[in-house]
Amino acid sequence: MDLTYTPKEQAFRAEVKAWLAENLKPELAQKVKRGQHLSKADMEGWHATLNARGWLANHWPKEHGGTGWSAVEKNIFEEECCLAYAPRVLPFGLSMLGPVLIKYGNDAQRKHWLPRILDGSDWWCQGYSEPGAGSDLASLRCRAVREGDHYIVNGQKTWTTLGQYANMIFMLVRTSTTGKPQEGISFLLIDMNTPGVEVKPIHLLEGTHEVNDVFFTDVKVPAENLVGEENKGWTYAKYLLTYERTGIAGIGFSMAALNELHDIAADQNRAGRKLADDPLFAARMARAEIELENAKTTNLRIVSAAAAGGAPGPESSMLKVKGTEIRQELDLLKKKALGVYAAPLVPEAFEPGFNGPYVGPDYAAPIARQYFNNRKISIFGGSNEIQKNIITKAILGL
Amino acid sequence: MDFNHTEERQMLADTLNRWVMQDYPLADRLAAGKSETGYAPAKLSALAELGVIGALFNESDGGFAGEGFDLAVVFEAVGRGLIVEPLLGSAVLAGGVLAAAGSDEQKARIEALIDGSATAALAHFEAGDGYDPAYIDTRAAPFADGWVLNGEKAVVRNATTADVLVVSARTKGQAGDADGLSLFLVPGDAAGLTMRDYETIDGGRAAEVSLSDVALPSSALIGAEGAAAAVLEQVLGRGVLALSAEALGLMEVIKDMTIEFARTRKQFGVPIGKFQALQHRMATMLLEIEQARSAVINAAAAEGKAGVARERALSAAKVTIGRVGTLIAEESVQIHGGMGMTWEYPLGHFVKRLSMIGHELGDEEYHLARYIALGRSAA
Ligand SMILES: Cc1cc2nc3c(=O)[nH]c(=O)nc-3n(C[C@H](O)[C@H](O)[C@H](O)COP(=O)(O)OP(=O)(O)OC[C@H]3O[C@@H](n4cnc5c(N)ncnc54)[C@H](O)[C@@H]3O)c2cc1C
Repeated sequence: MDLTYTPKEQAFRAEVKAWLAENLKPELAQKVKRGQHLSKADMEGWHATLNARGWLANHWPKEHGGTGWSAVEKNIFEEECCLAYAPRVLPFGLSMLGPVLIKYGNDAQRKHWLPRILDGSDWWCQGYSEPGAGSDLASLRCRAVREGDHYIVNGQKTWTTLGQYANMIFMLVRTSTTGKPQEGISFLLIDMNTPGVEVKPIHLLEGTHEVNDVFFTDVKVPAENLVGEENKGWTYAKYLLTYERTGIAGIGFSMAALNELHDIAADQNRAGRKLADDPLFAARMARAEIELENAKTTNLRIVSAAAAGGAPGPESSMLKVKGTEIRQELDLLKKKALGVYAAPLVPEAFEPGFNGPYVGPDYAAPIARQYFNNRKISIFGGSNEIQKNIITKAILGL
Repeated sequence: MDFNHTEERQMLADTLNRWVMQDYPLADRLAAGKSETGYAPAKLSALAELGVIGALFNESDGGFAGEGFDLAVVFEAVGRGLIVEPLLGSAVLAGGVLAAAGSDEQKARIEALIDGSATAALAHFEAGDGYDPAYIDTRAAPFADGWVLNGEKAVVRNATTADVLVVSARTKGQAGDADGLSLFLVPGDAAGLTMRDYETIDGGRAAEVSLSDVALPSSALIGAEGAAAAVLEQVLGRGVLALSAEALGLMEVIKDMTIEFARTRKQFGVPIGKFQALQHRMATMLLEIEQARSAVINAAAAEGKAGVARERALSAAKVTIGRVGTLIAEESVQIHGGMGMTWEYPLGHFVKRLSMIGHELGDEEYHLARYIALGRSAA
């Protein structure tokens, strides 16, 4: 065992740091740090910046535009991006659909869609969940019926993240109702501009518009947009989910959140001393930090053990549960640390270009909202209860 | 011992709960919280007519109740109803100061608070230092025949709509000294008083209050100069009780919603309430809420007493509410899945209020430290 980074890895970290310093615009990082609204252009712009350097799809195989980085290098990259407050790379095309097409798509699909993910021609969203099919995803009912060269799609998807910006959606659809529910699911790519597709906003409890309902009425989809084989979509769907889960663990996000927490605790006072020196609060911060340090190593152990270039199997469920618990604890502590200034809601502060005056400290505005919003991370990508069911079955064998 | 409320109290609770059901639907409460005033003045009048505000004052102050258990009963219903009208700030806190320390002339203002024709707000806490009530930097200096005030107050709920503010200021000493704090009655339209108001994340409005050479007559001083710490301890303690009871009411609603959801939401062909992994967690919610209820009862029983036993029971309630509140808020959303995350479904609004109660009048850690310190001084 050796937990030290090799000289090569250290040099790599320095390279990433230097590149970020040069290419991540301070205004953009500031927006991310301040929890301000990122426009579609902001997100697309960051993808383009990374793509120009060849680092956007760093986890893809080299022949499709990946980097060939080791698990440790990918980790270093993610950490540095989070610590520098780079916008997050949207997972839908890069971490979800990309790996599925690479593994299960045909040549024509790879040739057509992968470059479009890289150059930003397409904005993908994920059409898995339905009102009746959340944890029990395999019970999904959105129907696709083959008619000649096309599928005709009818039904509804829900919770579609950033669907309001997307022009493409990858879908799980029902193509057969005989046999086990898992055996009648297919993986279909749909152009959101096709007649019959309708997107309606869902507002989250803290007031943001991040998710949507998507309705499909007699939507005509070319049959060539079927990925893999008809009725085999469940296999691809599960493969995708292991990538999604590993991403949600968000160790890099927690590292950045821990830094912020320490900054806040060094700035806030309680009973005439720094909050950081309050023994009760300091103990909670320290516990969160210890959990995070442990999780970093667990994460590296699991990711390194996975086959080169692949995603971990059921172990991704462990990462997801622990990773989200730590992120949520840090969100809670940040909110606590604000004291009375957690309450003010100043919508202007989320708009780009806002420079104050703030209510309370300049870092306060997004924190309570983030705490409420991040309750989602233990729900989506398969809820933490579902992850524990997977661990129980697949790892414990119970 | 008797663990039943008196008939009068039970009736008041029933009346208030019924009124919320019939006359104040959630959509209206949310709209009131989002409105320019941050609450619905007409609903405040209706609450006054129901006797809800009078129940928060004792007879000698023009009310008809005012004991710890009266506060507990009213505020549990406030929580159940997610009521946004300024009962805590206006009646319990600002009105409480007037009742505890006001001159006859100052106390005369309580009548208008009780009948709902006026509101008041307590502008006490400041940005510099969390929740310790002695960390006050706002200054009051003698000036002409009266006083001049300078300073800043943080996150004062319903400040801009208040007819008068009760403002704490230092007449001697420095932040952290209990000695030297004084309380003043400041008209909402006083020269030199400016406010920046905003929404709060749990619905309603608050403001940053700035006092710049606010000149007041000598009659503005409430109680004895420099001796406000004891008054504040008395009144903030009643506020802690009210908030704890409000949290209890919120938790009851949240628990009921969660159980109802678990009964009706089906996944894998069965109601999710059939999964033992969730059953045990809902059982824990129930156990913890009962612990919280006992904490509120302990605090209500102790509120009328004096000394360390009172303060310990009040801090114990806030510690319990803080811990259990976080648990109930987080578990209920989790058990609802995506549905619990939406604006449209009621749960989130109750959860946000419950969660933000932890940021008023001291959080779990503040009251835990206070509880420890009180214990030592009693020994
Ligand atoms: C903000 C947000 C963004 C999302 N984005 C997307 C997206 O872009 N695309 C997409 O397809 N989906 C998305 N989702 C949907 C997400 O994947 C689902 O919310 C999730 O799968 C849970 O489903 P559900 O909400 O229907 O909850 P339910 O499945 O109804 O679950 C309710 C509760 O029951 C528990 N439960 C269910 N089954 C069991 C069991 N067998 N044992 C124990 N407990 C159980 C759950 O853990 C949960 O606590 C998003 C959700 C949110 C909140």
